[in-house]
Amino acid sequence: MTVLDFQVTTTVPPLDGLAAHIGNTPLLPLRRLTSNLSPRVQVWAKAEWFNPGGSVKDRPALNIIKTALQAGHLGNGKRLLDSTSGNMGISYATFGAALGIPVTLALPANASPERIMILKALGAELVLTDPLEGSDGAILKARELAQAQPEVYWYANQYNNPANPQAHYLSTGPEIVAQTNGALTHFVAGLGTSGTLMGTGKYLREKMPDVKILAFQPDAAFHGLEGLKHMPSAILPGIYEESFVGQPLEVQTEAAHKMVNRLAREEGLFVGISSGAAAVAALQVASQLEEGVVVTLFPDAGYKYLSDKSLWEG
Amino acid sequence: MPVLRIPTPLRAYTNGQAEVNVTGANVAEALTDLTKQYPAIKPHLFNDDGALRPFVNLFIGENNIKDLQGVDTPIKDGEKIMLIPSIAGG
Repeated sequence: MTVLDFQVTTTVPPLDGLAAHIGNTPLLPLRRLTSNLSPRVQVWAKAEWFNPGGSVKDRPALNIIKTALQAGHLGNGKRLLDSTSGNMGISYATFGAALGIPVTLALPANASPERIMILKALGAELVLTDPLEGSDGAILKARELAQAQPEVYWYANQYNNPANPQAHYLSTGPEIVAQTNGALTHFVAGLGTSGTLMGTGKYLREKMPDVKILAFQPDAAFHGLEGLKHMPSAILPGIYEESFVGQPLEVQTEAAHKMVNRLAREEGLFVGISSGAAAVAALQVASQLEEGVVVTLFPDAGYKYLSDKSLWEG
Repeated sequence: MPVLRIPTPLRAYTNGQAEVNVTGANVAEALTDLTKQYPAIKPHLFNDDGALRPFVNLFIGENNIKDLQGVDTPIKDGEKIMLIPSIAGG
C-alpha cells in the first residue's frame, strides 16, 4: 500500500465534526489590566472566538438549527432566513453548509467587508438593507421576506427564538460554573439579542443564586459598539426580559475602542469591539470589589474589524 | 444645497427628519450647520475637543470620507452625505 492508496473513511455525519468543537471555550484571566485591583479580585473572560465559526454565535445558531430540524422546520428544502449583524449569519452559514441547508441573511449594507466576504465564501445568500436603518431595518426586511414567501423560508428569528438563550443555559452557564470551581461572584455580559445574558443568567440564578448578574449596553442610541444594542432605542428582542436584567451598565464607544487596543497590547488578546466593551464593564464592576471572581465573555476576535481604521489607530 | 442623511438613532435629535438640508462647501461646514440647526445632536457626533468622534462614519456615495480628505472633503450642491450607524445586535 502506498500513501496514495490511503483513504480516510468516516461514518460521522457532517455536523458532528463541527458540533463537537462548539463551546467548552477557554476561560482566560486578565492579568496586567487588573494589576490595580484588590489582589483578592479576579477577572476572567470566556474566549468565544475558539468556536469553529469564530464567535459565541455558534452556540445559539447550532441550537436553533438543531431545534428546527427536530421540529421539521428545516431539512425539508426550506431556506433558513434571519437578520444578522454578521456573526450569527456566519454561524448559520457554517452549519448550513455542513448540513446542506441553504441560508438567506438580511444584513445592513454597511456590515464590514470582512463579514460580507466570509458570508459569501460560506455560500450564504445576502439581502443587503439600508445602512441608515441599522439592524432594525434588517429585522424588518427578514420579517417581510418570511411573510411574503413562507413556502421558501423558515424564519429563525434569533431575537425571539427561545433556542437562543437555551443554548447558553445548556452550555455557557454550566461551563462558567465548572471553570470557576463555583467561586464565581459576578457575571457581566453585553446585550445584543440578549441571548447570552438571559440564558447564562438564568442558569446561574438557579444554580448559584448569590451570583450578581449584570448586563451592559451602549451609552447612547448612536454608538460604535458593533453587535451591541441600545435597548431603549431599538426593537426589543422577544427573549429579553427587562425585569430579569435590571438596569444595564453603560459603556461609551471610545472607552471600548481604547480597551480593544489595551487587550491586544497588554494581554495579547486580539479581540473585537464588543469584547473591549465587555472588558470595560467587567473591570468597572471589579474595581468596586474588595474580593470576588468576575466573569465576562469575549464574543469574537479582532480579524473582522481590521478594515475599521479608527479602531486600531488608538 | 447638500443634504445630510440621518440614521434612525439620530432622528430623535432632528425632529424625526431623515434628511436635513445644510449649507457648506465641505463636510466640516455641513456638520457645523447641522449642529446649528439641531444643537442636541452635537455631543453624539463631536467630542469635547470639538473633533469628530472617531467611530462616526460619513459616506459620500460609496466612499467613506476617511478615505477621502476627512472632514475637509469638498461637497457639491445637492450631494448626499450619509451618516452611517454601527450595526447592533446578533
